[in-house]
Amino acid sequence: MKILVPIKRVPDPATTIRVLPDGSGIATDNIKWVINPFDEIALEEALRIKERQGAGDVVLVSIGQQSWQEQLRTGLAMGADRAILVKAEQPVDTFAVARILAKIVADEKPELVIIGKQAIDDDSNQVGQILAELLGWPQATFASKIEIADGRCTVIREADGGLETVAFTLPAVITTDLRLNEPRYASLPGIMKARKKPLKEIAVDTLGLDLHPRVKIKAMKAPQKRQAGRKLSSVQELVQALHTEAKVI
Amino acid sequence: MDFDLTDAQQEIVNSVRALCQRFPDEYWRGQDARHEFPHDFYKAVADAGFLGIAIPEQYGGSGLGITEAALVMRELAYAGAMNAASAVHLGIFGLAPVIRYGSEELKQRVLPRAVSGELHFSFAVTEPDAGNDITHIKTFARREGDYYVINGRKVFTTKAQEADKMLLLTRTTPIEKVTKKTDGMSLFLADLDRSAVEVRELKKLGRHAVDTNMLFIDGLRVSAADLVGQEGRGFHMLLDGLNPERILVAAEAIGMGRSALDRAVRYAKERVVFGRPIGQNQAIAHPLADVYAKLEVAELMVFKAAWLFDHQKPCGAEANIAKLRAAEAGFEACDRAVQTLGGYGYMQEYDVERYFRECRMVKIAPVSQEMVLNTISEHVLKLPRSY
Ligand SMILES: Cc1cc2nc3c(=O)[nH]c(=O)nc-3n(C[C@H](O)[C@H](O)[C@H](O)COP(=O)(O)OP(=O)(O)OC[C@H]3O[C@@H](n4cnc5c(N)ncnc54)[C@H](O)[C@@H]3O)c2cc1C
Repeated sequence: MKILVPIKRVPDPATTIRVLPDGSGIATDNIKWVINPFDEIALEEALRIKERQGAGDVVLVSIGQQSWQEQLRTGLAMGADRAILVKAEQPVDTFAVARILAKIVADEKPELVIIGKQAIDDDSNQVGQILAELLGWPQATFASKIEIADGRCTVIREADGGLETVAFTLPAVITTDLRLNEPRYASLPGIMKARKKPLKEIAVDTLGLDLHPRVKIKAMKAPQKRQAGRKLSSVQELVQALHTEAKVI
Repeated sequence: MDFDLTDAQQEIVNSVRALCQRFPDEYWRGQDARHEFPHDFYKAVADAGFLGIAIPEQYGGSGLGITEAALVMRELAYAGAMNAASAVHLGIFGLAPVIRYGSEELKQRVLPRAVSGELHFSFAVTEPDAGNDITHIKTFARREGDYYVINGRKVFTTKAQEADKMLLLTRTTPIEKVTKKTDGMSLFLADLDRSAVEVRELKKLGRHAVDTNMLFIDGLRVSAADLVGQEGRGFHMLLDGLNPERILVAAEAIGMGRSALDRAVRYAKERVVFGRPIGQNQAIAHPLADVYAKLEVAELMVFKAAWLFDHQKPCGAEANIAKLRAAEAGFEACDRAVQTLGGYGYMQEYDVERYFRECRMVKIAPVSQEMVLNTISEHVLKLPRSY
C-alpha cells in the first residue's frame, strides 16, 4: 500500500521561542528545527503499517524551502522510501498547503494520507480536514489507533468526551493524535541508506495552483509573563479577591 | 577549514539524542545505585547499529570514522555519563586491532557478533605490577601445539562480568630475552573461560553500573586461531588503538562536562537566594562561563585529532592534547556544577555528584594526565625521557 505522509519543519519544542521586536515573526537564528512531532507519529504509523503488511511505499512530502530537506532526510533515515520537496520560498497558509497536497495526491495516487493533527508552531489543526474535503475522501481525525484490513480502515479517535470508533473504506485521510505510537529514532544503517534514497524537488509555481493567501499574519506577540501568585490567609479574603480583583464571582 | 558537521553527522547526533531520551536520569541513577549493567540501554545502542559505527561494512558495520564515533560517545556520555559510555566504549573502538591485523577467519567469526551486540568483551591489558608501564606485564602465553596456555593476573579489567571474550595482552617472550622491550608481547581475542579465569569485582568510586575487575588467569587454553596478527607484535598493534581511544575518551569527558554545565546553568537561573538568582552573582557565573570556554576549546582539539586520524594523518600530539584538556575541562565542569548546586549538588537526586564521581576517572584511565604530559614532552617537544 502506498501511504503519503506530509511533514512540516517546526522549531524543536525544547527551544525557547522569541518574537521579533517588530512583531513580524519569530527569531529563527539559533533555532533547532525538527519534524513536527505529530507528523513524526504519522510517519511512524505509516512505517508500522508497511511493516505489518510486509510491503508498501511510504512517501514523504514537505512544502517549504530548500533547507527543509534536512527533515525529509531524517524521515528517510527513519525508514520512508522516498521524499518530495515542494519548494516554496514564501510561507503558505493551511488552505494553500491542502491544495498543494491535493495535487501531490492526484499525481502520486496513495491509498492513504496520514498527517499530524496539527503543527506545533501555529497549531492550526486544519490541513488534514481541508485535504479530505478537497479530495472528497473520508477522514478520521485525532487517531489513537488505526487498523487496516481488506481495504477497510478502523480508527479509534480521541473525541472530547471519550473514544470514538469510525470505520470507512480507503482511500482516506487520517490525522494523528499523541497517543497513537512512540516514533522510532533513525538507526545508523538507516541514516546511511537515507543518503541514497530519492528526494524529488518540485517548484511550487510549476503546479499551476491558485495559492493566494487567505490568512494574513498581522502581528505576533509573546504571551504575557505569568505573574507570581500570592498567598491569602482566609477563605473570606479569597472570595473577596475573586469578587473585586479577578471579578469572576 | 570547515567546522560544520555534515548532514549525516548531524543526523547521527540527533538520533543518539533521541535514543538517550528513553534513558533519563532516573534510569542511570537507578542502575548506578543497584550496580546493575545497563543491558537495555546497551541493546538499544546495538539495535540502532551504533556499535558497528567504526566496523567495516563487509562485517555488518557502517565503516564510519572516529569523528562519528566521537560524536556518538559525546552524546552518550552527555546523557548517562561513564555508566553509558563505558557500557559501549570498547564495543565501538576496541576491536580495531582485530580489524587491522586479525585473520579473515577471526574477523568473520567475531565482528558481526560484535556489531549486533551479542558479543561483549573486555580489554585485559593493565596488571597489578606493571600499571602504566605496560612493557613490564608478566602474564605469559606458552605455546603448546595448536594452543597457548596462559597464566597471570590482570587488574582494572572493565566489563569482565558481562564479557564472553577479552582482548588479552600477554608476553610470549620474556622481557629479558628481547632486545626491544616493546617486542615479545602478543594479543589474543580469548574466551573468558570462567573455569580458568577467576573474575573478582573491585569496589570503586563511581560508574557502578559497569564493573571493573581483577582477573586471576590460571592455565587458560587459547586456540592459536584466536591470536590477533603476528606473535610478538601485540604491543605495536595496541599502539594503533591508543590515539582513537584518547579521542573517544576526550569526547566522553566533553559530553559529561557539557551535561553538568547545562544542569548548573539551569539551576543558577532558577535558584533564588538573597532575593536574586544565584547565577546573578559573578562568583557563580564566571566559573561557569570560564569552564564553558574550556570545554569549547578542548572540543576543538578533539575534533581536530579525529579529523587527522580519519584522514590518515599523524595525530598523536593532538589526541594526547585533546585527552589532557578535555579530561581537565570535563571534570572542572562537573566540580563547578556540584558547587553551583550547593548542598543539593552533593545529593544523588540532583545527578551532578554522579557526573563528578564518574568524570574523575578520565584523568586516570585509559591513560593518566601525567603519562600524557610525558608523551608530549618526549615525542612533541623532544625533551629527554625522564623515566
Ligand atoms: C575505572 C577504571 C577502568 C579501567 N579499565 C581498564 C580496562 O578495561 N582494561 C585495562 O587494561 N585497564 C583498565 N584500567 C587501567 C587504566 O587504563 C590505567 O592504565 C591504570 O589505572 C594505570 O595503572 P596504575 O593505577 O597501576 O598506575 P601507576 O602506573 O601505578 O601510576 C600511578 C600514578 O603515578 C603516575 N606515574 C607513573 N609513572 C610515571 C612517570 N614516569 N611520570 C609521571 N607520572 C607517573 C601515574 O600518572 C599515576 O598518577 C582502568 C582503570 C580505571 C580507573
